[in-house]
Amino acid sequence: MSTPSSGPSSGPGPSGKNGLRTLKYVDAIAEALAQEMELDPSVFLFGLDVDDHKAIQGSTRGLLQRFGAERVFTTPLSEDAMTGVAIGAAMAGMRPVHVHIRMDFLMLCMNQLVNIAAKARYMYGGQVKVPMVVRSMIGKSWGQGAQHSQGLHSMFMHVPGLKVVAPSNAHDVKGCLIAAIRDDNPVIFVEHRLLYGTEANVPEEPYVQEFGKARVARKGKDITLVGISNMLVECLRAAELLHEAGIEAEVIDPISLVPLDFATILASASRTGRLLVVDNAWTNCGASAEILARTAESADRAILMRRMGFAPTTCPTSPPLEALFYPNPATIATQARRMIEPKAPEWDPNSERAKLAYQTQFRGPF
Amino acid sequence: MLPEADLARIYRSLRLIRRAEEETARIYPSDRIKSPVHLAIGQEAVATGICDPLRPEDVVAPTYRSHALYLAKGGSLRGMMAEMYGKATGVAAGKGGSMHLIDAARHVLGASAVVGTTIPLAVGYALALKREGKGRVAVALFGDGATEEGVFYESLNFASLHRLPVLFVCENNGFAIHTPLAKRWASEKLCDRAAGFGLPTTRIADGDVLAIRESAAGYVEKMRKRESGPAFMECLTYRWREHVGPAEDYDAGYRPHSDLEAWQKTDQVARIGGMLKAEARAKVDAAIEAEIADAVAFAEQSPWPDPKELTADVYA
Repeated sequence: MSTPSSGPSSGPGPSGKNGLRTLKYVDAIAEALAQEMELDPSVFLFGLDVDDHKAIQGSTRGLLQRFGAERVFTTPLSEDAMTGVAIGAAMAGMRPVHVHIRMDFLMLCMNQLVNIAAKARYMYGGQVKVPMVVRSMIGKSWGQGAQHSQGLHSMFMHVPGLKVVAPSNAHDVKGCLIAAIRDDNPVIFVEHRLLYGTEANVPEEPYVQEFGKARVARKGKDITLVGISNMLVECLRAAELLHEAGIEAEVIDPISLVPLDFATILASASRTGRLLVVDNAWTNCGASAEILARTAESADRAILMRRMGFAPTTCPTSPPLEALFYPNPATIATQARRMIEPKAPEWDPNSERAKLAYQTQFRGPF
Repeated sequence: MLPEADLARIYRSLRLIRRAEEETARIYPSDRIKSPVHLAIGQEAVATGICDPLRPEDVVAPTYRSHALYLAKGGSLRGMMAEMYGKATGVAAGKGGSMHLIDAARHVLGASAVVGTTIPLAVGYALALKREGKGRVAVALFGDGATEEGVFYESLNFASLHRLPVLFVCENNGFAIHTPLAKRWASEKLCDRAAGFGLPTTRIADGDVLAIRESAAGYVEKMRKRESGPAFMECLTYRWREHVGPAEDYDAGYRPHSDLEAWQKTDQVARIGGMLKAEARAKVDAAIEAEIADAVAFAEQSPWPDPKELTADVYA
């Protein structure tokens, strides 16, 4: 039960025509890059250390050897200018993939992303397009702390002109990355470090995971859980705990946040009457706030709504504090049950059961 | 002395910019122009001198004081005027205004209001041009204020590291809005800063359009042949009007009128015009007046954007 594809009726999509093949999230990223670079000579990959021996945790492994230093190259620590370089190259007809080993570093790219990349198409009257992908990884655990752990996707969701995707499994990460590279718009591509080792069925051939289409990762009738990025995995585990308590949760993976398949979320929440959004980020002005607000505006029946996310603090490094900072399957399941049975006695899901198998695969330092 | 045809071409560029800007200033109080305008009156020589050696397929990246570079590179005057009027026929469909001029067909990259942001765009474009291998070059033109942004140094470093065909040109008019260099720069040796990244540099202090042209031509030619990587030019110049808007502002007290008078003595529009035969000059002037009148009429008569345009082109 350690992969996102193991839950009842979960499964990130069908297996490919080449039959069953499981692949890790990290290898699915590398495969998507290799296939698109093979297909389209205008694609290039750059960012600090994309070409070193560690290859961004393995996600760029083999690409330098296969495509050469002109298409796979490291950069000076100049995130601002490098983002501008990506935009300029994109305007010239190339398709850059700019890699950041932590999402926190995107704060150094904000001017270029918000003031140019997002707006160029519009403020230049449709004369240019900016097809670029900004890969960024959210860290978690092993003392990642204040500046290696942030999920900052909502900042980008706020700005028209950017697309934001946060695939939660190996199947989707490959399809989303190929879609992002082929997209004519700037795409903020949100990866999660703890997902890198997770496996799913991944077709060998290139395929596109269309943006704006959510997946019902698990069917249920009692409550709708929406899990963003790796919180989808936590929600699936929570759903198992709830199942043991006789509650059937429907779990939805939005996959892409901009555009957002809100219709699927609203349809599910309208059916179950309860919606719990769990984000891998703070709740204040976040993706969870947006989904709840849209639900409140759109629903034609009463829907009980709650949201969960990071504690409203900076991420601490000490393990006991860090554990309290994040939602986990037990706290998600407890919150969900409280929404269904408010008068039920306190429920403490078995904490050993709630432990995440996939988390134990990760050891520091990075 | 340059051949008459060259001088006429250079004069035409200088004069077109001067007169288009003066016309913009004249119209501005009528409130028919719906855009903040940062006029380049007095700064024409830099854009003209840089663009004259460029080929149509070379790329320039302007700042918000974009009219001069835009016109010097051949950008559509009709489209610029309509853009300032907020009309549907503007170069940015009426959605960008004076600070976001663009002409993709003439390879004028979009201008930006956030100082320094277009410098790395030119570098990224140059990365693509280097790969293309056809000898095209990119030019980043920016003010002295932009050289205080970190992205300027990041861009110089990266361009030099990869030997990209990009010419960096600082048009130094001495002020960031109203704040003079003395309050902003620890050292005036800007070229030394660029040289520290390995770029050849040239400083032209007198605004001589022919010297600017010659220097740019030399750098660009070497870049085309892959004999050199990026280069840096600092061209001193002077903004005759206020930072933004149509008026003069010498009564504000932040700069003396005598500075203007000194620069007006070497006004390049008058200088190059004086090198032409009176008849040839009159012909150029008349053509420019007709072109400007046509552009203003075009802008005035053009329709407003359709309401549907509000939501068009948010995404490609």
